[in-house]
Amino acid sequence: MTTERERRFVGPRRGQLVFALVFLTLSVLLLALIGEQTTWVKKAKLFAQPRFWPAVSLGGMVLLGALHFYQLPWRRASRYDLWEARQWGRSAEYALWFMGYVFLVPLIGYLPVTLVFVPLLARRMGYRGKFMMGISLGFALMVVVLFKGILAVKIPGALLYEDLPGALRNFFILYL
Amino acid sequence: MDLILSAIDILMRWDVALALLAGSVGGVLIGAIPGVGPAVAIAILLPATFSMDPIVGLTVLLGIYGSSMYGGAIPAILINTPGTAVNALTTYDGYPMTARGEPRRALSLAYSASFFGGVFSVVCLILFAPVLAKVAPMFGSREIFLAALLGLILVVVAHRGQALIAGALACLGIFLNTIGMEPVKYTQRYTFNQDFLGGGVNLIVVVLGLFALSQAFVLLMDEDEKVHVTKLRGGMFQGLRELTRHPRVTAVSASFGALMGMIPGVGEFTAQFMSYTYAQKTSKRPQDFGKGSSEGLIAAETANNAVPAAAMVPLLALGIPGEALTAMMLSVFYVHNVVPGPGLFQNDMDFVVALYLALLILNVLVLGFLLFATRALVQVVKIPNRFLGVCILTLSFVGVYSLRNSATDCLIAAGFGLFGFILKRLSLPAVPIILGMVLGGIMEVKLRSGMARVKEPLDFINRPISFILFTIIILVLASHILRVWRDRKELKEAEWQTKTASTSFGKLMSRRKNSFLKDRGKEVRGRHSKLLRRLKGLF
Repeated sequence: MTTERERRFVGPRRGQLVFALVFLTLSVLLLALIGEQTTWVKKAKLFAQPRFWPAVSLGGMVLLGALHFYQLPWRRASRYDLWEARQWGRSAEYALWFMGYVFLVPLIGYLPVTLVFVPLLARRMGYRGKFMMGISLGFALMVVVLFKGILAVKIPGALLYEDLPGALRNFFILYL
Repeated sequence: MDLILSAIDILMRWDVALALLAGSVGGVLIGAIPGVGPAVAIAILLPATFSMDPIVGLTVLLGIYGSSMYGGAIPAILINTPGTAVNALTTYDGYPMTARGEPRRALSLAYSASFFGGVFSVVCLILFAPVLAKVAPMFGSREIFLAALLGLILVVVAHRGQALIAGALACLGIFLNTIGMEPVKYTQRYTFNQDFLGGGVNLIVVVLGLFALSQAFVLLMDEDEKVHVTKLRGGMFQGLRELTRHPRVTAVSASFGALMGMIPGVGEFTAQFMSYTYAQKTSKRPQDFGKGSSEGLIAAETANNAVPAAAMVPLLALGIPGEALTAMMLSVFYVHNVVPGPGLFQNDMDFVVALYLALLILNVLVLGFLLFATRALVQVVKIPNRFLGVCILTLSFVGVYSLRNSATDCLIAAGFGLFGFILKRLSLPAVPIILGMVLGGIMEVKLRSGMARVKEPLDFINRPISFILFTIIILVLASHILRVWRDRKELKEAEWQTKTASTSFGKLMSRRKNSFLKDRGKEVRGRHSKLLRRLKGLF
């Protein structure tokens, strides 16, 4: 049966214990490294010490993280906590998609990679109809033209563009 | 008058006009799509605005900030899903009006209320600007440190029931800001001898990870929902007439919005809550609130739209952002070498007034756009969640990669994206991290310079403004501790009420004695002492 303390807790139960424990452990580890990772300068006042603010922030993380952990209405991990941790792991797939996109753009080029990336990820998400594929391609083209062509954001030309003939090479490097 | 004329002169440019149009229309569109929100859009567009003039870049971002709440009312009223987080209260009375066949009335009322809130706030601030210009120079290092500390404390205590973890996350933000080369003594802090950490953790990379990428991950992991949108017929002007029938609620809600917006860390939610409560308590029909009351809708929408202009006050006058969106805008100022703070009010007052005028024009543009284009705009609500996730992921790349063309930045952003995803799943706040990063940097610099000029710690608060700020901090902390104590007392009472056993002290001691004497109690104590012995053995 749900206790009064559990009922009043803000947010879902699943994953809270794992998060609080990992947060606290990392905070304690970082605080333990403070002597090695920061310097104490002689003849400088306390507030001017390079170590002062890391100590304040990490001290706060440890103290408040520990109090949060202590205040949790649960003390034992349930199977829902593990299920939640698996969900967190599953989201890493999309982080990998993102990083793949990041690594391919400087090699192949912003336009070609975006034109492949958007429809491919849309397909992975279950949109396989011609309409959605068309929308994906249109969106990819629009993003490249708007940001690189019109707003001129800093995305360098790709290695592949170097092999293009003279004027086309310049155009691709500047606008696509 | 000269000031307003020179401000108009700054705005009379084709690129500013285009920025106003793009910001207002873009903001409404972004607000109308549930799951995107102004934070995601501003985070993605930030690097693109770096190449623009400060006034142009800020107008685009302000446009998105100021107009997204107008757009957010559309799905809140039509499909009971708030377009932006601050439109949650709009669903209380907006959706019941749609359910009883009055979607057009609800929408036009929401637009009119938002328009009044926005314009009221801007007009108040234009009139208030000369006072601010006089007060702002009184803020030295100590006052700015205390104001930043107050902002951080207010953000933390605003998360009721989550203040401890919000505080811990704010400290994480302060810690992230300390990573890298320390600029006074030139020592490394938490770089682990890695070159990429030497320059510190970039605020925009963290913002993009925590707001844009995390939202993309949430949408990609989500299921698509079938959305049924009610058809709209007829004109949208009736709300303007209806608004004039509730002048008291409208004026008080706008005042709450303007006032709350000015206080760092408080923002839309408190303003809405106070306006809604006031409107309900003073209404002749309080029983209608939550069931489609026009006064409730007016209170919610007027208050939330009065906040954006007011939120610019601490940012422009003191250089202290009160929430995540203004914290992002602070980076645009820094990129263009415009330093917000007392100096800006003294030297570039026309620039400040130009920003407020831009907000005023923006409200007119948005209202005009919405009155005529709502029927077409409603269609954006139908964009499937997962496809939206694909779009945000693609756009986030532009935001992160165009900063420094660094794959490491993208990797850090992806890491913060996963962290933000976890925070969202657990309903934990990400805003304290961003404010911790921004205000932590300000606090470090100002405390160092402030303490260098005082002999004793108490001298830190010997000036009137610093003393007032210090007193407010003490009062906020005391009221928070009192609230926590009352909550705990309530919890104890509720726990005792649900207990079946007697609550008298004698009975409690008797039960404790029995548990000590019973075999089960002895067994448990034996197990615990065995574990303790093992633990001691380890050392």
